[in-house]
Amino acid sequence: MNPGEVEAGFSKKEMDMGGWTGKILRVNLTTGTAVVEAIPESWMKDYIGGRGLAAKYLLDEVDPKVDPLSPENKLIFATGPLTGTPVPCGARYMVVTKGALTNAITTSNSGGHWGPELKFAGYDFVICEGKAPRPSYIFIYDDRVEVRDASQYWGKGVNDTEDGLRDELGIPGLRVACIGPAGENLVKFACIMNDKHRAAGRSGVGTVMGSKNLKAIAVRGTGGVNIADPEAFMKGVWRMRAEMKDSPGRKSFAELGTAATIDMTQAMGGLPTRNFQQGQFELYENLNGNTIRETRLVANKACFACTIACGRVSQLGDAADKFLVNMHPRNWRHAGEGPEYETAWALGADTGVGDLDAVLKANWLCNDLGMDPISMGATLAAAMELYQDGTITDQHVELPLNFGSSEALIRMTEATAYREGFGNELAEGSKRMGEKLGNPDVHMGTKGQEYPAYDPRGFQGMGVAYATCNRGGCHLRAWTPGPETTGVFDPHETAGKAEWVAAEQNRTTAHDNTGVCLFVGAANGPLEKFVDCISAATGVSYSYDDVLRIGERTWNIERLFNLRAGLTKADDSLPKRLLKEAHKAGPSAGVTVDLNAMLPVYYSERGWDPEGVPTASKLAELGLA
Amino acid sequence: MSKVLNILPEKCTGCMQCELACSWVQTGTFQPSKSLIRVNVFDEQASYAPYTCLQCDEAWCMTACPTNAIATDRATGAKLVIDQLCIGCHLCTIACPFGTVFTLPESDKASKCHLCGGAPACATSCPTDAIEYVEADQSWFGPWAAKVTENYVNAVGG
Ligand code: SF4
Ligand code: SF4
Repeated sequence: MNPGEVEAGFSKKEMDMGGWTGKILRVNLTTGTAVVEAIPESWMKDYIGGRGLAAKYLLDEVDPKVDPLSPENKLIFATGPLTGTPVPCGARYMVVTKGALTNAITTSNSGGHWGPELKFAGYDFVICEGKAPRPSYIFIYDDRVEVRDASQYWGKGVNDTEDGLRDELGIPGLRVACIGPAGENLVKFACIMNDKHRAAGRSGVGTVMGSKNLKAIAVRGTGGVNIADPEAFMKGVWRMRAEMKDSPGRKSFAELGTAATIDMTQAMGGLPTRNFQQGQFELYENLNGNTIRETRLVANKACFACTIACGRVSQLGDAADKFLVNMHPRNWRHAGEGPEYETAWALGADTGVGDLDAVLKANWLCNDLGMDPISMGATLAAAMELYQDGTITDQHVELPLNFGSSEALIRMTEATAYREGFGNELAEGSKRMGEKLGNPDVHMGTKGQEYPAYDPRGFQGMGVAYATCNRGGCHLRAWTPGPETTGVFDPHETAGKAEWVAAEQNRTTAHDNTGVCLFVGAANGPLEKFVDCISAATGVSYSYDDVLRIGERTWNIERLFNLRAGLTKADDSLPKRLLKEAHKAGPSAGVTVDLNAMLPVYYSERGWDPEGVPTASKLAELGLA
Repeated sequence: MSKVLNILPEKCTGCMQCELACSWVQTGTFQPSKSLIRVNVFDEQASYAPYTCLQCDEAWCMTACPTNAIATDRATGAKLVIDQLCIGCHLCTIACPFGTVFTLPESDKASKCHLCGGAPACATSCPTDAIEYVEADQSWFGPWAAKVTENYVNAVGG
């Protein structure tokens, strides 16, 4: 076989299933060759797809102890059976690998149009192995697969890379997932961007991609996604759409985007401010959904098949040149997407910056440079705290890192992506930075990954959710503010939280496996309402319990990977600040997180031993023994 | 009077549900590359323009076809491709000023919007009502199409 050629695949007509293509594209970057493989049918059934199936591959094929930035780590792009179908928000793909930031398994999820395009090209997964000898990109056009030279794109931002690939390849409908300079420079929290503004954002999946010298995957697919039982499938789709249409959640997402959340977290005293030193931000109104809509919104933008369209395109407008950017070659002129709630918080409240112009620009920089804005903002916030207490002095930094400084936000965002000056320290994330500067407690995260925008002292349940998430600090596996603000739970108490978090993690994980966006759940379209669509699409009849069990199986696979990687109970922890320091004012004053009360309950709820190791009987029950 | 598709780009979010629905009608799978409605994306402007056949009163595709393979559906006014008569010469695709006649790579025959026999799947599937199926005089499309046609005639000196 010549480099770049693909061995004959098999026709999907051989399968009487739908949803899945049943095929994996395995690309060896070291040799520049690709092969197409069939996915074992039983694996598809046992994992549904996406995150779970990819975790199964990773556990089978990668030594969990491997250095995440070595050629032995693998980078898996995984769609689900509903990706590329009209199930509302069936847009998602996941990047599964050993995370550069966390040294744990990670699953980073992104929308846009890239995932569906991969399905239309005929593949459920792309598994990237080895390391390209020079900057390269993968070009996929249905059966045609090539590993091509990307040296002309190396160093370029996400926008220029996508535009350049479109020009070079000249194929209408091409979709691009790529890294920016941050991924090339191995910034520990680099992300993979697709369709310019959508991110597989967390845990340094872009760093792993950069370590493989892989700049981009450009894909165009002209095939289709088959459905096993079309009639039942469309019935399910229409029912789901009807139920979502007028739901308040859908309307709020569409009108205000995710940034509407900031009013809620502020009201609860759970909006982490200045590296979690406070629980409320006095300038929050500058950053909320209303302000963004009234002053910046250009248009709503949907991901593939999305009937919500929470995405917003916003513009900096007249303030385009307000902040100078030194190294970054492309000046802000265009509309960009965001800011999302997490971004507005990380680049805003957490750094104490209440200037929406600065937040928008930093957000755009993060997107174009290919960095996770959550970890970027949170790491800068940690550095600002170290500057505040004198650990970092003016000798370390080229400009004062005061909380609230828009200048510092913009300049350090850029410097981080290029590892310039103190940016080189920030590029390591707050855990490594804090350890190096002798203050590890400044890291507000778990397993090395910075927390998103919920202070567990305002939402007690987030404490156990953060501590136990397989990919470190993360809000997407069990979002306790839901039940904690609607009267199900007292937000400050521990009772019931561990049990709820364990069950919810199973549910969201199974949801991720399908390829449908998690946000349909908040718009009256939770997992249980589209189990019939999963069955109809795939031809495998699943009950809701089956699906939840698959979520649990996936969660345990991820846990096994982490344990074999050397993580222990000690990594299911929270920083001292959350355990010992209460806020002095506001609705969450006086509250600390009682993890000791929740963690043992969580372990036993999961069927794990007191050290957090899945018991033999649990593994047998899940078919993992 | 017959009904037409009325497309309102300012409402469109670029979700491609219409392409999915149309491709389903054409192929029985979800395959946007086979959709007869296409959503043009202008990313930098955050603007999306779905477009498909306008079912012109005096249709250029029909005029151009040497074998009379395009005919008017009496029930809906849609211009239909008659597969058996199409010889794959592509003249209609060149003649259409809107670029909404396609050819199918596998058969090399013309393929264009047929209004789904009066129940357009794209309009039904659009979550933002950016595609409506309305009486012809309710649409901005018709007068605009007539104007484009007139300009075209003037330009080519017809
Ligand atoms: S009316 Fe039917 S054939 Fe025409 S574009 Fe819409 S879905 Fe396609
Ligand atoms: S379905 Fe409607 S909103 Fe979605 S792309 Fe088509 S016209 Fe636009």
